[in-house]
Amino acid sequence: MDSRLIRDLKKLLGADAVLDKREDLLLYEYDGSVESARPNCVVFPRTTEDVVGIVRLANRYKTPLVGRGAGTGLSGGALPRHGGILTVFSRMNRILAIDAENQRATVQPGVVNSDLSLAVAHLGLHFAPDPSSQKACTIGGNVAENSGGPHTLAYGVTTNHVLALEMVLPDGELARIGSPALDVSGYDLPGLFVGSEGTLALVTEITVKLTPLPEAVKTLLAIFDSLDDATETVAEITARGITPAACEMLDGWTLRAVEAYVHAGFPLDSAAVLLIDVDGLREAVEAQVDAVADVCRVHHAREIRVARDAAERDLLWKGRKNAFGAVGRLSPTYYVQDGVIPRTKLPVTIRRINEIGKKYGFEIGDIFHAGDGNLHPIILFDASDPKQFERAVAASDEIIKFCIEMGGAITGEHGVGMEKDRLMPLLFSDAELDLMRRVREAFNPASLLNPGKIIPAKSCGEIRVRPLPIAGGSPA
Amino acid sequence: MSATASTIVARLAGIAGDAYVIADPAGLDAYAIGGIRPAAAIRPGSPAEISELIKFAVAEKLSVVPCGARTKIEMGLPPRKYDLAIDITRMDRVIAYDPGDLTLSVEPGIPLKKLSAVLAEQGQFLPLSVPFFQLATLGGTIASAVDSPLRQFYGTPRDFVLGMEFVTGDGTLAKSGGRVVKNVTGYDLHKLMIGAFGTLGVIAKINFRTFPLPRDARGFVATFRSAGAALDLRARLARSPLRPLTLDILSPGVSPIFYSDAAARIDPNPLPPGLLSPELWAFTCGFAGTEKVLARCETEVRAMAAPSGAVSISILSDRQVHAAFARKREFVPIALASSPAAVVLKVGVLPSKMNDALKEVEAAANSESLRWAALARGVGVIYVALLPDAQSDETRMRVSRASTRIQDACEKAGGQATIPWCPIDWKAGLKVWGTERGDLPLMRKLKSVFDPQGILSPGRFVGGL
Repeated sequence: MDSRLIRDLKKLLGADAVLDKREDLLLYEYDGSVESARPNCVVFPRTTEDVVGIVRLANRYKTPLVGRGAGTGLSGGALPRHGGILTVFSRMNRILAIDAENQRATVQPGVVNSDLSLAVAHLGLHFAPDPSSQKACTIGGNVAENSGGPHTLAYGVTTNHVLALEMVLPDGELARIGSPALDVSGYDLPGLFVGSEGTLALVTEITVKLTPLPEAVKTLLAIFDSLDDATETVAEITARGITPAACEMLDGWTLRAVEAYVHAGFPLDSAAVLLIDVDGLREAVEAQVDAVADVCRVHHAREIRVARDAAERDLLWKGRKNAFGAVGRLSPTYYVQDGVIPRTKLPVTIRRINEIGKKYGFEIGDIFHAGDGNLHPIILFDASDPKQFERAVAASDEIIKFCIEMGGAITGEHGVGMEKDRLMPLLFSDAELDLMRRVREAFNPASLLNPGKIIPAKSCGEIRVRPLPIAGGSPA
Repeated sequence: MSATASTIVARLAGIAGDAYVIADPAGLDAYAIGGIRPAAAIRPGSPAEISELIKFAVAEKLSVVPCGARTKIEMGLPPRKYDLAIDITRMDRVIAYDPGDLTLSVEPGIPLKKLSAVLAEQGQFLPLSVPFFQLATLGGTIASAVDSPLRQFYGTPRDFVLGMEFVTGDGTLAKSGGRVVKNVTGYDLHKLMIGAFGTLGVIAKINFRTFPLPRDARGFVATFRSAGAALDLRARLARSPLRPLTLDILSPGVSPIFYSDAAARIDPNPLPPGLLSPELWAFTCGFAGTEKVLARCETEVRAMAAPSGAVSISILSDRQVHAAFARKREFVPIALASSPAAVVLKVGVLPSKMNDALKEVEAAANSESLRWAALARGVGVIYVALLPDAQSDETRMRVSRASTRIQDACEKAGGQATIPWCPIDWKAGLKVWGTERGDLPLMRKLKSVFDPQGILSPGRFVGGL
């Protein structure tokens, strides 16, 4: 990297806000995915003006530029695939305004997701998107990835909670889109920029909706001796029109890993558990608990436990939210998929995933946001054996192709990033990818900002997977 | 008809079939916008036909306006150039409906009423109870971003549209999103199509998440002497654990138009007499749930209404709720039928600024001696109808002054007011889309990507897009 760029960055931000020594940079070559890419330097802006200055320098030196929050992403979104300047937002971590009356907050991108909820809890409010990494991940990262989480089943994902953004465009221009007031005229720009994985702009300020905390919450743990019974329960809960606040599934393998780590009281001999939250008005919650328990019993739940108090509830959720950490104790390297399928296809898909595991010689752990059909099958592999990694990727691709056949998609909440761009042609035609490319180029013409993400450089020539027709349509 | 025009018609017939090309003046009257008829209207039967039509239009430099049942065709600005209407009403099929997954894939030309019936058979629905409900198509509803009283609870289409197929201005048939309820695969381009008035693409298919129909409903109407008092109840409710499905506040001027013959023609369900008063503001909301839930809602709303200063409180039964709900849904058409030159503004402000906005509306209307009515949604969106007694230069001036005053005040308060409906001759003199915002250059960039030749509904949208 041009040493003059480092000098100019230090002049702009101060020497304590620029890292360029190899040993410092090593810390930033990973995120939560299996990918890695080393930046040439790392910078820590404190203000929007700093970000404008960084973007201008990147332009002057024609150097790639990538934004990063806490680096918890699972698709390599915050990794500098082609090197360059990594802009880490950890010092832009102030909550700028809380407007309880209108249920809005304005934050800098480096604010940690759960910190916002903690800051507004005394007002009876929270920020609804709750990725499992919420104690570390930043709201800026959530915006870039359009993050989900267990409770997005009822509350919606990040895009449903973002009203306005201040952002620096790849040419260094500052722009404000959206509005704290609803229905301002024009195209839904926040709808496009949220989830654009840092390829269209660097976000410097975010106005979000805050959501009232529910009056009552009940957490059920339903224990099953058969995986099919668990998935069929989820399908029927959905079909009966019951919308729990969250509906998570852990299979026996995963919950044994979790139990050894968290000691949440998951039964070690079961085939699967469902962890279900229902919330809302006290009277509505009572009725919903009964309805959910009824469906579980119809599908042969061995036992249904209702958490007695907040402590017991928190413990169960701690188990779920630390599941990946628990798996990490078993193997330092694992591959997590993020496919999504229609809920009616859950039982057949889970059976297929386990067949694929057998075929490739892996035991695949199944941990799902079952209620919205978002699957996170986990494949453990030994990174020191390149053949195993290849097999893990092949198994994972086969799972993804099956999800697409079922009418699903390749990523529900982790993003495409640099991990799944090669899979995009499975779902999108060349013309569709080209349209996305042209949208990116309209804002990011030199692809200086987060290059090599989402859209594959060129079509890899794979045949698209056609979703199977589903029943219920009127005749074609 | 000129030779060119007849060639065009022949080519169109080659794409969609003779029976689906309309070129006679009488037939084309139905497609006129502000008295301007297109050269032809065509009714494609498939996304591929739409794509072919757009490619043909690009080659011939023809401007196209997509439309459904045309109930809202006069919203926004008239197109700068209008050669071809693409009428999507033939594309009215349910492509796939998976009630067990609560997802739906449907063509845009389907009438909302027909779609509702299909979903109701499975005990489900889409929260799109929008104005012109008896005639409107799904596609027109999404493209024009008209809203529903149910947004209080369910949000707007951006919250429950899962994906789309659309044809861009160069004829590319593209999709974005999917038909699963959670999906971050690629850019959310379909969100741009919502409320874009056909300026970025022609919608060819829409995927939705559906919702279980609420079983039992209960309505609640409380009257107040001031908007501030009614809004105080809104604020109390927002702080409570209750979650109403609808929450709208009606100005005193709503009473005469809701009880009018015009209203009865638009929706025949009779509104209970005496529910609204021409002297009072009305706070209205609706809840759904089990009997226990509804009983709790009733008790708590009563308890909150009293300290807010309620003059009267009425509880509506299930049947009455539907009538009151239909009136709220059809506020705009009722307002349009209540004056020879009705002008409807749509205000967006933070909920805490609604009282100031309504005071400004009242002052502006009174200072110009204009009859007026307002329906304020709990989320901070207010429909304001200015109802002059005649369409004349003099009333146009009065309306113009009043609307400008309202628009300025809303902008000062950090919000905005647009004018989605007014007599078409008045549009040029009014700020139909409000004051241009700083994000307009970004919108122009998108327009140039999606519609490089500028043939899609040119000039209908914000900033001449």
